[in-house]
Amino acid sequence: MNQQPLLEVKNLKKYYPLRSGFLNRVTGYVKAVDGISFSIPQGKTMGLVGESGCGKTTAGKTILRLEEKTDGAVLFEGREVYDIGKEEMRRLRPKLQIIFQDPYSSLSPRLPVGEIIGEAAREHKIVPSDEYDDYVTKIMLDCGLQEYHKLRYPHEFSGGQRQRICIARALALNPKFVVCDEPVSALDVSIQAQIINLLEELQSKFDLAYLFISHDLSVVQHISDAVGVMYLGSMVEYAPKDEIFAHPLHPYTEALFSAIPVPDPDYAMNRIILEGSIPSPANPPSGCKFHTRCAKAMPQCKEITPEMTEAAPGHFVSCHLFRA
Amino acid sequence: MAFWNKKQNGKKSLDPNYISAADSARIARENRKITTAYEKKRSRKNVPESEYLTKMRDPKNVVEFDDVHTYFYTDIGTVHAVDGVTFDIPASSTVGVVGESGCGKSVTALSLMQLVQRPQGQTVKGEIRVNLGDKAYDIVRTPTEAMTHIRGNEVSMIFQEPMTSLNPVFRVGAQIDEVIRMHNPEMNPDQVKARTLEMINLVGIANQEGVYGMYPHQLSGGMRQRIMIAIALACNPKVVIADEPTTALDVTIQAQILDLFRSLKSRINASIILITHDLGVVAEMADYVVVMYSSRIVEKGTAREIFHDPRHPYTIGLMKSKPILNKKVDKLYSIPGSVPSPIDMPNYCYFRDRCDKRFGRCNGAYPPQIQISDTHFVSCYQYAPENEK
Repeated sequence: MNQQPLLEVKNLKKYYPLRSGFLNRVTGYVKAVDGISFSIPQGKTMGLVGESGCGKTTAGKTILRLEEKTDGAVLFEGREVYDIGKEEMRRLRPKLQIIFQDPYSSLSPRLPVGEIIGEAAREHKIVPSDEYDDYVTKIMLDCGLQEYHKLRYPHEFSGGQRQRICIARALALNPKFVVCDEPVSALDVSIQAQIINLLEELQSKFDLAYLFISHDLSVVQHISDAVGVMYLGSMVEYAPKDEIFAHPLHPYTEALFSAIPVPDPDYAMNRIILEGSIPSPANPPSGCKFHTRCAKAMPQCKEITPEMTEAAPGHFVSCHLFRA
Repeated sequence: MAFWNKKQNGKKSLDPNYISAADSARIARENRKITTAYEKKRSRKNVPESEYLTKMRDPKNVVEFDDVHTYFYTDIGTVHAVDGVTFDIPASSTVGVVGESGCGKSVTALSLMQLVQRPQGQTVKGEIRVNLGDKAYDIVRTPTEAMTHIRGNEVSMIFQEPMTSLNPVFRVGAQIDEVIRMHNPEMNPDQVKARTLEMINLVGIANQEGVYGMYPHQLSGGMRQRIMIAIALACNPKVVIADEPTTALDVTIQAQILDLFRSLKSRINASIILITHDLGVVAEMADYVVVMYSSRIVEKGTAREIFHDPRHPYTIGLMKSKPILNKKVDKLYSIPGSVPSPIDMPNYCYFRDRCDKRFGRCNGAYPPQIQISDTHFVSCYQYAPENEK
């Protein structure tokens, strides 16, 4: 475990400027991602959970340099992704891939599936041109698609099949790191299981690292090795999976975990209900961002922003309750 | 190329979904005839009540679905969206309807409201009996005129998408007022407003006067869903249909809304039909569970029976395929294949091709409902006695 992690994110920030007035001056910032840090070793999965609007997707996109960062560092194989020149970035792109949430809007309706999957592989010359056809077929079979699907168009496929196409498209480039942005949220339960199993199979086959973004905690628990919980752009807790699910420390994590309905009518519920809803990220509360909804809030929570502290080995939490 | 194959094979094309323009036009013509007849019957004025009066099988039930068939007459064929659904809603209980998208759970509920997309969608067979206290109506035969007094008044609905089901150009107060005014013409404006404020308060919004004057875009998703609930409950309905009420919401907000439902349930005297695909939500809320697959009910029973003793292979598969918090599995179970096309349903068990327990008898006709206990029914040959076929 001493070796360098595949991807390291250090204090990453992404602010979107808010403009208003006649001169369109910047009057404030939406702090979509406000200083998150974590690392992912090769072949492992990091789960990122949180409510909608907490910056999970922006974090994923900023890591891939699909959005420009505001501050912080993203190190891929020890190199800062944002310092790489245009030409070299082009060569690095295939190694960093993303699978989007909605399989209905992320596939071009005018391209046949074979072309959707193979286009980027051809452009990046992943395989010699005479092997290209076989290569696309192989990737499709790996992802549970049939060869005759090549000439069909996305509208002829069901949601689950389309998500397989999205996965095949990402995989065709031999990536090392894939951001899975809510890949199963739009699918039915029985199809969800098929896609999750496929992602796991592919991970062990190609030694992929995933950043698995989801709001479904049970799915995250199933697939991840480490889990980060985000609230309003900040990471509130970050720990190995078994640790965080057995001993959630941050009050938000506790509430989030207790909110999940358990499919057992006799399950004794012990639910922490959070009051109100998530505040606007353009005008976040002072101090600890969670203090407005926190049942355990103390006077200092309003003023002092808590630092990330290591409460147990490998278990990081940013809350005044656990300050060393 | 596909075109060439069609010619070579003569009548039958290779593509099972292929339909020629002439065929499509013919189907459309025939559909028009059928749907116009239904529409004419439904929009008659001054229909004698005796025509749609009916008797409840069990007076303790609020709603009884009895062999309901709702079809959609489309240009490529008739879609059997609901194909013989039978279940009861007992008074002040919650019935959960679960199933994948496209299995007909929403259409079942919409049939009860007579809100199926018309004219192409029609309930063609069966009875939906609604208990109105001293009498009972058969919704299938009720004309539109009489239906307006039931819809929103006796039976109301909470829709899935709180963002799109409120009118963006009216203040939320006015939208609740409207429902109350429609069904209580004797109330004066002040009484209506007082009732609206009471409803807003009931659904757990503290700032009633403020919210009364707000537009939907000023509210968050959870607040909007609360307003939807207030609208649904405004006329003290007997049955509330909640169609995926929490699917569009975050888990913490979902917890708030489910909590609200639970506290309301003890205060209002209504039955709830909870339509969802989330087994966790059903387990938490429902007394009875109905599992639907491809337009039919495959299993129904009390929540405890369904969750502790699932019998149908589909129900079992559904339970196993969902990862459960703090329960470790190496590989999730996944049901192979996908749902059959709703236009071209097989004449054997709809689940046979995906079932891992299929055997000889599954090739026979669609399995009948087999009774396991007083309340537990399943449609699967595994549980049928050997001698009967």
